[in-house]
Amino acid sequence: MSGEDAALRVPASAAETNGTALLEVEHLRVLFPIKQGLLIDRTIGHVHAVDDVSFVLHEGETLGIVGESGCGKTTLIRALVRLTHATAGAIRFRGADITAASQKQLRPVRREMQMVFQDPQASLNPRKRISQILGSPLRLRGVPRAQTEGRARDLLTRVGMYGEHLNRFPHEFSGGQRQRIGIARALAVDPKLILLDEPVSALDVSIQAQVINLLEELQGEFQLSYIFVAHDLSVVRHVSDRIIVMYLGKLMEVSPARELYEKPIHPYTTALLASIPIPDPKENRKRDRPLVGGEPPNPVNPPSGCRFHPRCPRATAICREVEPPLTEYAGGHLAACHHPQNVSAEEIAASRRSAASPLAAGEETPAADPA
Amino acid sequence: MARFLVRRLAVMVGMLFAISLVTFLLFIVALPGGNPAGMLAGRLATPAEVHLISVHYGFDKPIWVQYFRTMEHIFDGTSYSYQSGFNVLSEIEAGLPTTLSLALGAGVIWFLTSIVVGTLAAIKAGRYTDRVLTVLSMIGVSMPVFFLGAILIYYAGYKASLIPISGYVPLSNPADWLWHLIAPWFTLSVLFIGIYSRILRSTILDTINEDFVRTARAKGLSQRQVLLRHILRNSLVPIVSLWGLDLAQVIGGGAILTESVYSLHGVGYLAYQSVQHFDTVTLLSIVMLTAFCVVLLGAIVEVLYAFLDPRIRLQ
Amino acid sequence: MSAGAPLLEVDDLRVSFATEDGLVRAVDGVSFTISPGEVLAIVGESGSGKSVMAMTLMGLTRGPNARIAGRATLGAVELVSASERDLQRIRGASIAMVFQDPMSSLNPVYRIGRQIVEQIRVHDRSVSKQEASARAVELLARVGIPHAERRLQSYPHEFSGGMRQRVMIAMALSCSPRLLIADEPTTALDVTVQAQILEELRVLRQQSDAGIILITHDLAVVADIADRVIVMYAGRVVEHGTLDELFYDPQHPYTWGLLGSITRVDRDTSTMLPAIPGMPPSLLRTPQGCHFRPRCPHAFAKCMDVPELSARAPDAPGHLDRCWLEVEQKRKLRVVGDQIGLASSEPVIS
Repeated sequence: MSGEDAALRVPASAAETNGTALLEVEHLRVLFPIKQGLLIDRTIGHVHAVDDVSFVLHEGETLGIVGESGCGKTTLIRALVRLTHATAGAIRFRGADITAASQKQLRPVRREMQMVFQDPQASLNPRKRISQILGSPLRLRGVPRAQTEGRARDLLTRVGMYGEHLNRFPHEFSGGQRQRIGIARALAVDPKLILLDEPVSALDVSIQAQVINLLEELQGEFQLSYIFVAHDLSVVRHVSDRIIVMYLGKLMEVSPARELYEKPIHPYTTALLASIPIPDPKENRKRDRPLVGGEPPNPVNPPSGCRFHPRCPRATAICREVEPPLTEYAGGHLAACHHPQNVSAEEIAASRRSAASPLAAGEETPAADPA
Repeated sequence: MARFLVRRLAVMVGMLFAISLVTFLLFIVALPGGNPAGMLAGRLATPAEVHLISVHYGFDKPIWVQYFRTMEHIFDGTSYSYQSGFNVLSEIEAGLPTTLSLALGAGVIWFLTSIVVGTLAAIKAGRYTDRVLTVLSMIGVSMPVFFLGAILIYYAGYKASLIPISGYVPLSNPADWLWHLIAPWFTLSVLFIGIYSRILRSTILDTINEDFVRTARAKGLSQRQVLLRHILRNSLVPIVSLWGLDLAQVIGGGAILTESVYSLHGVGYLAYQSVQHFDTVTLLSIVMLTAFCVVLLGAIVEVLYAFLDPRIRLQ
Repeated sequence: MSAGAPLLEVDDLRVSFATEDGLVRAVDGVSFTISPGEVLAIVGESGSGKSVMAMTLMGLTRGPNARIAGRATLGAVELVSASERDLQRIRGASIAMVFQDPMSSLNPVYRIGRQIVEQIRVHDRSVSKQEASARAVELLARVGIPHAERRLQSYPHEFSGGMRQRVMIAMALSCSPRLLIADEPTTALDVTVQAQILEELRVLRQQSDAGIILITHDLAVVADIADRVIVMYAGRVVEHGTLDELFYDPQHPYTWGLLGSITRVDRDTSTMLPAIPGMPPSLLRTPQGCHFRPRCPHAFAKCMDVPELSARAPDAPGHLDRCWLEVEQKRKLRVVGDQIGLASSEPVIS
């Protein structure tokens, strides 16, 4: 698969990225077996949690991943940090393949890839003081015991808390403060990449804004790359340079953040955007908001062809039969759709099949929009 | 359902085999004193006599042959006690009605009583009634069966003549049967009521805070309807599973103390006697019976589970 | 907004709970009215008292540790002093409620049909089980559940989240309530499903003249569906106005902060959001005077006294707020960059 490496590299779009690939994901699949049997369980099917996903994360970039429940976004990032085993495909971190690395080989990588979870309550050990929660990753990194407390204090101050909080337990803090502690713990090992799994969705609006601001500050200060997973498209738009839209384990669209909202190519992206009300009554009344019916189907038996076709207003026969390839349009904008919107006939003519396309996808190039 | 039954059956066979093997090795092979032939022959036997007995019972055969022969005897009902010479199966059969009467009666009593006590404690949580019930449960849990039995026999039986002192009357005479079982039922139930009511109380207190209970109240149901239909029904799962296991224990001869105190000649009493006399063949059979009951009731409990909570599917 | 007699009139409602640590003042003097056919949004963060207030209207916060005062009049009934028996008649019939988490709000051990029938029959014993089932089928079909007759036999876990919320709404509508309280009805749902449920509420409002109290933390949802908005902070109403008044002429600094804190899907927001510094106060020890004072960059001496909730802008008699600043001052102070927000004097966090 090494021949495809260069082709897979999606051109960096945002000015902030310097173009060096930090994390490369190639045709990653995570399948969960479903077992059943009379006496002995046999695998009778699979939950296609992540089904042939390829993308590249550049250094210093924030990559947003959005999608509804069951789209596989959380499984995807758990597979990236090897909390979940990948069934097939490759994950390369700074060029090194970590897909099959042993726990021991992973240790240095884990230090550079940290994860922040949605529920700060559940991800902090309730029986440990903050000094211990921050101290152990610091020592892991090689900070001498005598200095750990001072360093932990610095970290805590950096995330907007006070040194005296060191001696307290997680339950003594509010949700927002616990999320700050979670971020401080991730920072303690001096990571390059932080994977954020719905980091603000459990927080109140005003606290959300504080944490988003904090993440923004830290990114510049520590030269961090983020993968930001969330269901809230407005938050993702705010923080991301590029955005991946997932549906039932597949990539639907990959686009520079702003372009995704101004010029969505995939009908699913349009549906998501139209579903979200805007906190502006007048704008809201002006908007034409076609509703998509139904709910994401069960990932055990995903629809054939394009997975979105049963809910898609533009679906035709080909959508039921052929899985659309990821097509690359100008400006590093990718979409997997037979009937793309917001692109001119010329743009479609200039498009090409991306190497990030699922292996099972068809060869057909998308048809021009009749409208 | 068919899949469930097949699986359960397979589990049952596997478990019985494993248990029989372990018990056999423990009781027969690793028996203190070694060759049971010596014990059977008596103190004054000559080595020749011991040898004869050894050959007769097959103690000179390899262990696995002995194991299969012993099992064969247990299952075709031709197993005889080395000590008494009685047929083990008939002995157990003779004890079963007594034990079943004791176990099923007490089982119903302790199950229903703990629902009442546990519910009452939960709805009065933190108040006077709850505290009194807590103390009573603690006393129940810590009261030894032989002590409670002795007190009942002495005061209620001997002094006040309110209940018969001991013994079992077959079900063919229902009134007497009931009369003789009241005290044993009570004695056996007290411990279980103490434990079960505590568990139910805490499960109910957890369930009360569930969102669907709030929904039930928001629908306009009365407190009583909410309690009976929505809280209690959802709180029964833990004690139902315990109940199955405990009942299996008692039917399999687990109520040794209660049966001994009240001279109820059931399976537990038989187990007590066999232990005293090193009657390993009988003990082995009783252990197999217990294992069988545990597995069987375990399966029944699982069916009950699926009935109580439709999210649980029989696997 | 329809004219005429209000549907519900809440006057100086106060709810506090005695805890081991002291008295928690969850709702601290809330007054409002809602008319038939109106959607009133109550916005606030956790601890603002919005849910406790709603539960109190249903009589669901009563208990040995609760102190409830004030009045809430629904037609001829005063809810705060009503007997438990009267409240049972009102709950689920005149006032119905839809909760946040449809996963846990339905009893997992009973079929959907039985749970709807239960509500219909508890309020009208004369309805037979068959009639109630038929009505349940109608209700499920009305809220957009396909194969309603068959789905009556399903258990909650056999439904998706969105479908369960539809069931909750169907159940809430089963006795044609005059007031529907929806407590974060879309928070646990996917965005496409959220849009469907909001549409359902809009249709409901058109079809009946029930009043809807929508409790939410999401200003975008508010902008989508509400007629009037109440903003609550630490147990008090800090601002009360029509939808447009609140979004385009917000009077209270906390409202500015909320508006500044939200990201928008339709346009770029500045890199650093003008977030509200600090955290909401503990309801055990609320600050003296204006509850928002410690987090407010515009606070001054007068803020040590509690400002009344009253109309301060001369051009909007129905627009109420609790802030001592002059209207003209406010209109200047609330602009941060090119948007409304809370100007931060210094980064105060935690």
